[in-house]
Amino acid sequence: MTARPLRLPALAAVLACGGCGTPWQSALHPGGAQAGGLLDLITIFTAVCGIVWLLVMIVTLLTLRRRRAGIEAPLPRDEGTERRPRRAVQAAVATTVVIIAGLTLLSFFVTRGLTADDPQALVVRVRAYQWWWEFTYQDPRPDQAFTVANEIHVPVGRPVRFLLEAPDVIHSFWVPSLAGKQDLIPGRSNEITLVADQPGVYRGQCAQFCGLQHAHMAFLVIAEPPDRFAAWQVAQRQPAPEPATDEASVGRRIFLARQCAACHTIQGTTASGTLGPDLTHVASRRYIAAGLLPTTRGSLAAWTADPQTLKPGNNMPMVPLGSDELSAVSAYLTSLR
Amino acid sequence: MTRRLLILAGLLALAACKREQREVRLDPPALDALDQVALMPNGIGGAPPDVLPALGRPYETNAYQLSQGKRLYGWFNCTGCHANGGGNVGPALMEGWWRYGPDVQSIFASIRDGRPHGMPAFKDKLTTEQIWQLAGYVQTIGTYAAKTAAPTRNDEMQSRPSESRGPAGADIAPPSR
Amino acid sequence: MSVAPEEPEVLDRRLDAAALDRRLDAVWQTPRGLWAALATVDHKIIGRRYIATAFVFLALGGLLAVAMRLQLARPEARVMSADRYNQVFTMHGANMMFLFAVPVMEAMAVYLVPLMVGTRNIAFPRLNAFSYWMYVAGGIVLWGAFVFDMGPDIGWFAYVPLSGPQYAPGKRADIWAQMITFTEVSALAVAVELVVTIFKQRAPGMSLDRIPLFVWSMLVTSFLIIIAMPAIMVASTSLILDRLIGTHFFNPAEGGDVLLWQHLFWFFGHPEVYIIFLPAVGMVSTLVVTFSRRPVFGYLGLVLAVISTGILAFGLWVHHMFVTGLPRLGESFFTGSSMAIAIPSGVQIFCWLATLWSGRPVLKVPLLFVYAFLFTFVMGGMTGVMVASVPFDTQVHDTYFVVAHFHYVLVGGAVFPLMGAVYYWFPKITGRLMSERVGRWVAGLVFVGFNLTFFPMHLLGLAGMPRRVYTYPAEMQWGSVNLFISLSALVLASGFLLFFWDAFRSLRHGIPAGDNPWDAPTLEWATSSPPPSYNFARLPVVSSAYPLWDERDALSVATGLRPDRREVLVSSVADARPEARESSPRNSIWPLWTAIATSIMLVWSIFTPWAVVWGSIPIATALIGWFWPKGVPEDDA
Repeated sequence: MTARPLRLPALAAVLACGGCGTPWQSALHPGGAQAGGLLDLITIFTAVCGIVWLLVMIVTLLTLRRRRAGIEAPLPRDEGTERRPRRAVQAAVATTVVIIAGLTLLSFFVTRGLTADDPQALVVRVRAYQWWWEFTYQDPRPDQAFTVANEIHVPVGRPVRFLLEAPDVIHSFWVPSLAGKQDLIPGRSNEITLVADQPGVYRGQCAQFCGLQHAHMAFLVIAEPPDRFAAWQVAQRQPAPEPATDEASVGRRIFLARQCAACHTIQGTTASGTLGPDLTHVASRRYIAAGLLPTTRGSLAAWTADPQTLKPGNNMPMVPLGSDELSAVSAYLTSLR
Repeated sequence: MTRRLLILAGLLALAACKREQREVRLDPPALDALDQVALMPNGIGGAPPDVLPALGRPYETNAYQLSQGKRLYGWFNCTGCHANGGGNVGPALMEGWWRYGPDVQSIFASIRDGRPHGMPAFKDKLTTEQIWQLAGYVQTIGTYAAKTAAPTRNDEMQSRPSESRGPAGADIAPPSR
Repeated sequence: MSVAPEEPEVLDRRLDAAALDRRLDAVWQTPRGLWAALATVDHKIIGRRYIATAFVFLALGGLLAVAMRLQLARPEARVMSADRYNQVFTMHGANMMFLFAVPVMEAMAVYLVPLMVGTRNIAFPRLNAFSYWMYVAGGIVLWGAFVFDMGPDIGWFAYVPLSGPQYAPGKRADIWAQMITFTEVSALAVAVELVVTIFKQRAPGMSLDRIPLFVWSMLVTSFLIIIAMPAIMVASTSLILDRLIGTHFFNPAEGGDVLLWQHLFWFFGHPEVYIIFLPAVGMVSTLVVTFSRRPVFGYLGLVLAVISTGILAFGLWVHHMFVTGLPRLGESFFTGSSMAIAIPSGVQIFCWLATLWSGRPVLKVPLLFVYAFLFTFVMGGMTGVMVASVPFDTQVHDTYFVVAHFHYVLVGGAVFPLMGAVYYWFPKITGRLMSERVGRWVAGLVFVGFNLTFFPMHLLGLAGMPRRVYTYPAEMQWGSVNLFISLSALVLASGFLLFFWDAFRSLRHGIPAGDNPWDAPTLEWATSSPPPSYNFARLPVVSSAYPLWDERDALSVATGLRPDRREVLVSSVADARPEARESSPRNSIWPLWTAIATSIMLVWSIFTPWAVVWGSIPIATALIGWFWPKGVPEDDA
């Protein structure tokens, strides 16, 4: 994105939050062409509407110039004096029509610009569950496809086509810094294509109310240069690494023997549940539990120990583990890079 | 008369509270205690854990717990053998005749420990609370349980009448215990 | 409809004023006592109750809003659980839309429209009583459920599948769906009454071009209700059938459609906004005329604007669905229609400004609220133009930007005029003025508190904060703005608190107002304040749109009605030529019984479909009682 007109809303937002750090989930801080175009549109609309509002308010305040302190006898009716206000009203209505028509056309052309179809696009299937995201990188060769959860990497400059599916209720896929939102609706297939032009970490969040933990249903889009993306892709296709320490291998044994494996998949082990997120490279992601906690050994342990306190109502049950077991499992999960 | 009505309304209200509550987290000691089912030697019948009535038997009467049980029924492929209650490889659940007893602790035991002739044990796949949720739901498939707290249907292809309709075997006399 | 044989000795023209008042009062009054209060069909008593009840729901909904702001004041707060928060925001929306906004506007009309058109009671007064009881029952059902932890938690829009049988366990969603039925029945009943009252009971001479603008607004609103509400009844009934007896209207796997719900809901939901807004437009027109001391500028333009808003209202529901993946070309059409509705709104704004410009505005409290309305509503209109644009909407849909937008439109556009209208018509209803001094404080606090609360939400939305989240992570940096909003909400709440206090105080201790304290031009001020049970001793005859200004000394009156039974004058639709004398029903307890029987059936049906069968027996019985010929003159006519 090159030069853009006024950035009034952006400025206002920065003022509003007291000049805090770079927002990573904001329509006012675009990281791609679409969001940039949308911000231009937002700016134009805001400017035009702001001016109109200001003019109307000036007239409104001027109406008070002949105000009276008390109630007087009603004014006599005089058709002659109506002519000037009538002209003014007619002119104002005509101006409204012109402005409205202009904004409608602008909106129409921006809409057309949003739907870019690119055969070179990377294709990612998104399935939104209550309350996490599953992303499958599709590939003509089935063994090259792989599944991750709640965090995706995309190459800078290359369009990514997201096929949106919702197996349970309606969710909405929204990465404001990259583009507008699109709903995921059971029984329908939607899609949206994004391009990230600047490397960075962009946060997305479910925007359609989807139940108890709607507030904790976020994901990250990490845009990186194509070579780093390719390396990430290669790493994600690998099965999980073998545990390097004794504690981690004890953890793996517990993971596979207990309820964990019934819902989670870890490639390269017998854990092949599909109800929860794929954990093959869970420690390589920045957050766990759909944006709830940064990935550390401590947060993995806390989450495993008591998911219902951290994210009440989510579908992960509290698996009774002793403190040694918990420590071992968290060691194992931390090793899944 | 008014007082009686008030009391009745109060009781209804209490029942409603219990039925609609969404208790998503049990304290670990209560969770542990849920596993203490005293089964008869033949593995059928017996006493439920003391904590169950103390909690107000949520897994049989609470709408949220029942619907969680219903989800588990689908997620853990109970349909693979029992279909939607009609039975296939496994016995039917809706006909009102239970091989191992209709009481919820027997159903719990069947799921937790498995039964001869193919019913696998789920104790390594489901937590105790999940097994209770599933048991509570499975009980509503049969003829014995009230239906108003259970959800009527799934958002998927249907192979049978909705669950709020009486099961096919409602006219079969329940076998003596 | 028939004209009773003429009996000269009982016609009102033979009686002097005192004797006429006495005889009319004997016929029209509601006697003292609980039973009579329950059986009354006087539109003024029912209207008062309706208004008071609606304001109770406003206060309750406001408490919920405060609770939400407490929870959102800090990131990751645990003031309430996610489950409770979801119930609270659903209750806030459903309560404000279904139990406050629509009913309060209809309530104002129930009280005012018969007075403004110069008749003695609303058409179908027993239906009116029934409508009020149904409304109260719906409110009790919803709030009772909430108290018992059974409040709906699916959003006021109740999107399937989240509200469907699989994802909304328990009876919470059913409560929501049945509450809809209660409020829709009552809204539809009032709408029918208003249409008939406005078309057929206008004072002689009140031709279409002399109808007060508030009455025009209510006429259009009533038609909107009649056309829009059936859509939501179809939707909520289909939902409850899906949930209770396993139909598949919204199950995609069985050929149902999830989006069907959204179409049905918003086909109602968007006109709903205008159902709330158009009466407010009428109030603004009324206040602007009275307080700028001149007839309204562009009467015809205003009427046409209201009508075209009403028509366009049905052509833009899809702008609530811009991100559901509908074809882009179709969406652009709805962008066009959504934008187009700015034109009639603009016409109205410009006409009011022209009226104020060339008038002599008197800044009494009601007009202060009109200025507050202009300031906020125009801004809400501007953000409305923004969200009408598909690409713009994809960024702000379901964010706090939209929350800000519709509060600007609904609070700024409807509640501010309503509060102005309360200050304006309070003396009409109670005979006492509300405090001018306190009123200025109320207007100031509410106006400032509102803007401080809701303006920052625009920025929050653009900064990525979605709606309907019970909390947000600290690292999102929304915390300081949210804290500011929560503090501002307290200012807003204090304004409302002061408003309620002023209203309560003025009921007993307000300054006695006299009949026409504002020197207003319309007919409701042509009788005493508060009006007698029969409204007008002799029905006024009008020859202009501003009868009390143009015939200041003595209004012409029509005579020839019987004072010994309840009688109203039926007039022709276009020029209000008198056509017939029609009897008006006496008080009856049966509407209450019918409402109780209907309520029992509706609530019971949540638990078993058989309730529809057994529950219809008491309803039928009550209806038979209601319509049984009693042999009194009113029933025989």
